[in-house]
Amino acid sequence: MQMYLPIAEVSVNAYLLLGLGGIVGLLSGMFGVGGGFLMTPLLFFIGIPPAVAVATGTTQIVASSVSAFLAHLRRKTVDMKMGGVLLGGGMVGAGLGVLVFNYLKALGQVDLMVTLFYVVFLGTIGSLMFIESLTAIRRARRTGGPVAPVKRRHRNWVHILPIKVRFRTSGLYISIIPPVIIGIGVGILTAIMGVGGGFIMVPAMIYLLGMPTKVVIGTSLFQIIFVTAFTMMLHAVTNQTVDVILGVLLLLGGVIGAQIGARIGVKLKAEQLRILLALLVLAVCGKLALDLLLMPSELYSIGDAGGGA
Amino acid sequence: MIRRVATLLIAFALAMTLPRAAAAEEVVMGLSQSSVSITTNFAGSDILIFGAIKRETAIPEEELDVIVTVAGPSAPVTVRRKDRMLGIWVNTEAVQIDSAPSFYAVAATGKLGEVLSQTEDLRHRISIPLAIRSVGAPDAVGDAQRFTEALIRIHSAKGLYEQLDDSVDLQEQTLFRSSIRLPANLTEGAYRTRIFLARGGEVVAKYETIIDVRKVGLERLLYTMAHRQPVLYGLMALALAIAAGWGASAFFRVVLRQG
Repeated sequence: MQMYLPIAEVSVNAYLLLGLGGIVGLLSGMFGVGGGFLMTPLLFFIGIPPAVAVATGTTQIVASSVSAFLAHLRRKTVDMKMGGVLLGGGMVGAGLGVLVFNYLKALGQVDLMVTLFYVVFLGTIGSLMFIESLTAIRRARRTGGPVAPVKRRHRNWVHILPIKVRFRTSGLYISIIPPVIIGIGVGILTAIMGVGGGFIMVPAMIYLLGMPTKVVIGTSLFQIIFVTAFTMMLHAVTNQTVDVILGVLLLLGGVIGAQIGARIGVKLKAEQLRILLALLVLAVCGKLALDLLLMPSELYSIGDAGGGA
Repeated sequence: MIRRVATLLIAFALAMTLPRAAAAEEVVMGLSQSSVSITTNFAGSDILIFGAIKRETAIPEEELDVIVTVAGPSAPVTVRRKDRMLGIWVNTEAVQIDSAPSFYAVAATGKLGEVLSQTEDLRHRISIPLAIRSVGAPDAVGDAQRFTEALIRIHSAKGLYEQLDDSVDLQEQTLFRSSIRLPANLTEGAYRTRIFLARGGEVVAKYETIIDVRKVGLERLLYTMAHRQPVLYGLMALALAIAAGWGASAFFRVVLRQG
């Protein structure tokens, strides 16, 4: 069934969008990532104009995140206090990110920068997570028993900074500076890449802050909901690029997928979950890197004169 | 209304042409629809353009040709080219094209290049490359022509630019009809529709009208709201997103009695 999208001004198959939303939602619920890093490139691929794809992708992220977040909240796997601190940084970062995005758009290099961002971030994080999870699984095999809970990191730089706060749910007593910085970084990425930033935040919370994996996903979702909602409002007000019809179709599929994903997620072991996420991240990264390295079949592209040379 | 305007136009054209050659021929035209409504399930539309040639004198010896063009609203566009730099493909050169129609179809009774002379094409801007206006390419770009070609290639691939040879049906040198397909990814606006009568490559008469392409209903409502009340629109989108997320969560809990 073809549907004409009023803002994107293209006609697309409604079932395709529902399916796309469903798959991304499933992953979102399983891994606690918003799924934006998959959704945005997929929307480009089916021919949605990039500006609309980035802005509208956020509605789907909000919806699937709310859905998955509620499931986590009921299991009490959300650190509200940590989420609040990350959120504060996230808002600042999103504002900065929109400025950077508009600057790059004026240069005509926005596509390249977005792709480079994806390749660098996804590549680094994917590899780190993959290696770490593999080691954890091997260790578990050797000892034969369940994995020893990931011991708190040694006293690294994170632990010598001032303004220490106790995060009871995560069982941490650390400075609030690192979470605020992580929040800002993720906020910038949200605005530039049209992603929730979960794929950066989840590993950052595990490896930098030393939070337990169980709590990380719910907390990441909490922060994602607010930062993405904020970004969506910015896009709606400044660029009028949020397409409600596109959004509704994506999120219908997305919320259902997210619920199923959250249920699959609790059945898997933490390091299995991490290794799957790592593989997914690396796959997307590889695809994008190939696009940059191989000669494109069409060397020319058309943009509106607004972002002119 | 449209019909009345058309009649007026014809009367006007008549007044203009009468003092000239006695062999004047005029176009009397009809459209299967004078406006196109973009609804939510809009999947493109076929427009039938038909008409007759009115003349006071006998049909001239020379074969008559009919050319029909439909052009969407024009806007300036930037065409960028990728080049390999440091091993990766990046946008390097860009050419600003002053005005390119969002949609352009040209149909003719024969091959466009055969029924129309180069001079006449230049004068009336009928063929696709001439419908695009590109004046000042930056000096740094030596092959600006290739950017225009790329624009045509990309738009043609999407069905937005079409050259339809041998697709106007002309009977008895008098009645003509042609069907033009408007694709699903249309933009709104006034679609300028022109009909040219040509003999031996020269345009002997022309007629022009407008097909109005508009979003209607929900499409119209959402589009207007997004531009006039962006805050309210944004909040609505947000509310929908949160409601859907919460709804699915609540639904699954009730249905599966778990979580």
